[in-house]
Amino acid sequence: MKYVDEFRDGELARSLALAIARAADPARHYQFMEFCGGHTHAISRHGLADLLPANVRMVHGPGCPVCVLPIGRIDLAIELALERGVTLCSYGDTLRVPASGGRSLLKAKAEGADIRMVYSAADALRIARESPAREVVFLAIGFETTTPPTALVLRAARAAGIANFSVLCNHVLTPAAIASILESPEVRALGTVRLDGFVGPAHVSSVIGTEPYEFFAQEYRKPVVVAGFEPLDVLQAILMLVRQVNEGRAEVENQFSRVVSRDGNRKAQALVAEVFELRREFEWRGLGTVPYSALAIRSEYAAFDAERRYDLGYRAVADNKACECGAILRGLKRPTECKLFGTACTPETPMGSCMVSSEGACAAHYSYGRFRDRRDVAGGLDLDPHVGAGASAGLGAEPDAGAGAGDGGGALRRIEVPA
Amino acid sequence: MSAQPGPARARAYARPLDLKRGRVELAHGAGGRATAQLVEELFVRAFDNPWLGRLNDAAALPMPAGRLVVATDSHVVSPLFFPGGDIGALAVHGTINDVAMAGARPLYLAAGFILEEGYPLADLKRIVASMAAAARAAEVPIVTGDTKVVEHGKGDGVYVTTTGVGVVPAGIELDGAAARPGDAILLSGTIGDHGVAIMSSRENLEFETGILSDSAPLHRLVAALLGACPRIRVLRDPTRGGLATTLNEIARQSRVGMLLEERAIPVAAGVAAACEFLGLDPLYVANEGKLIAIAPAQDAALVLATLRGHAQGRQAALIGHVTDDPDHFVQMTTTLGGRRVVDWLTGDQLPRIC
Repeated sequence: MKYVDEFRDGELARSLALAIARAADPARHYQFMEFCGGHTHAISRHGLADLLPANVRMVHGPGCPVCVLPIGRIDLAIELALERGVTLCSYGDTLRVPASGGRSLLKAKAEGADIRMVYSAADALRIARESPAREVVFLAIGFETTTPPTALVLRAARAAGIANFSVLCNHVLTPAAIASILESPEVRALGTVRLDGFVGPAHVSSVIGTEPYEFFAQEYRKPVVVAGFEPLDVLQAILMLVRQVNEGRAEVENQFSRVVSRDGNRKAQALVAEVFELRREFEWRGLGTVPYSALAIRSEYAAFDAERRYDLGYRAVADNKACECGAILRGLKRPTECKLFGTACTPETPMGSCMVSSEGACAAHYSYGRFRDRRDVAGGLDLDPHVGAGASAGLGAEPDAGAGAGDGGGALRRIEVPA
Repeated sequence: MSAQPGPARARAYARPLDLKRGRVELAHGAGGRATAQLVEELFVRAFDNPWLGRLNDAAALPMPAGRLVVATDSHVVSPLFFPGGDIGALAVHGTINDVAMAGARPLYLAAGFILEEGYPLADLKRIVASMAAAARAAEVPIVTGDTKVVEHGKGDGVYVTTTGVGVVPAGIELDGAAARPGDAILLSGTIGDHGVAIMSSRENLEFETGILSDSAPLHRLVAALLGACPRIRVLRDPTRGGLATTLNEIARQSRVGMLLEERAIPVAAGVAAACEFLGLDPLYVANEGKLIAIAPAQDAALVLATLRGHAQGRQAALIGHVTDDPDHFVQMTTTLGGRRVVDWLTGDQLPRIC
């Protein structure tokens, strides 16, 4: 397939993997956070962990729109659908996010609520136009990528005077989330989570540009490489990050220059500014309440704001005590460190939001990577020129080549970082 | 029904069914004269075989020797007509394939219809004609049936359930639990065509594509395969849940693992492109005219050659092998050279695909 196969070429991947292995200093460990769920998904779906040397580890970030939706926001949507009788439209994965009392929008649908899966905000507006007797609410979620389409729909609804349409807005902001992670005590003060840099968002950056990340690079001395969602994009970005770390640089680099510019999409930014304003604070799953981290609908569009229209009062609801989504979203824990992972919490019965979308760290690991949790697994390419055979297990290699890796775990243990 | 009309049937009704402008009415399912008229003037006429023509509640059938195989399959696909097929042909192919995957020669079909009040008889006629053509082409007659009507709004046009029977000849022992470590996994052609064809015709998602459903009866391909290689251990058609889910079913039944090679799995360019922009993985998209064959490694070349020598298997491929794995993981070496699990389908990627 043109313009896709080029970015999934096995030979190129191998040479990039070799370049990373050569560039990585065997005397140190590299730990990078891929902010976006899109990158998490690409890494898992294509098995990229097998192409990285033992001392380069990726930490999954919070950039998965459904993962960061707190229970309270889903509760609002369920209330609208079940108690206020509206037709509630949202994107597919949102319907499965766990809410209070073991509920989800899909379960509310089974209870009789009119809940529709849509592929775009425009579909929700179309449903409103087609059924003027129904109140239609679009449950809007997502980072800066999905915000402009919601803005367009709000503008169209106001221009056409569609009286039965409104939006329950949950749009959130990437830079605020990155700042929250960098400001967290674990990263900043305690140093329990070392982050050497970020793989920066792909599609989000096409809207906001690379300029917003310059602050992180300068203020926190963290390299950021904005990268596309294709596997070769990710590998190249990792190589660029390794080089920055080696050279002591902390810059914003743009691997995704075929789409992203420094300024981003000015037109989309203007549209968003026209329709939305900053919220003073917003609750994120995992990150807690983060100031100025989300958007609300401007008063000019108040008639189309479901929160105002239905006078909804937000009530924060704590996650299940055993659920580690919070720590996982901040990069503090890995999915397998959660007691619920793979037992009570699976993609079929998600307890936490990270198990819902394939962009979520838990679902990605469960669906694509859980064979790595076994001790006897060897995988990947033999491409590490620096480290002994034990640390870079080749395909079909030893089940217990512990000598080099230190803990006798083959490929799985290659991604362990000693405390 | 045969050329001879049944006793006293032809003149039983004052006016023939209006198959141009008429609609399904509740009376058509009430069991009275209207039901009889619908059955006789539409179904019996179209399906045209002596067993159905007798108008008994059940068909009494001659059976050759061998083990009897029965399979049943309900069809609720939406839309009812899609590129490359419709619910009628699909209902015939789906059940024939289920019978065939047991290694059986499909012999007869039964069909149950749930019709929605108000559904145009002209469209029903098209569906029934398509079923009849599919059954005739496959040489598997529809010998008995049933029709019910639900009120307007309580159905979605037409649902069709078909049941098939067939006979497995002696010496053929296919079983989903029979895969053994080391066995070869073969696939008869490209994956995802049916699901993408359905998606491209969905009301809220229409997009231009030349992709047609692969809906087809596979019993002749199966006969060729088993004729050439009776040692094949497992045959299965990867329908709902796609290749990934079907392989997981087999891995669980056989208590084995599997290792696939991503680059070996054939996907048509149009399907790959559609999946890319819809966010689907072709491994999970439904097929209606493909089969998976698992055979001892030494038979892999023979099975592949037999598949490729048949019109329905030109693009067949050896896609992986069975492994010894206590967790029954289906794994895949990706095009990039990494490894991943190919898990069961989660949730409902595409409702009402068949």
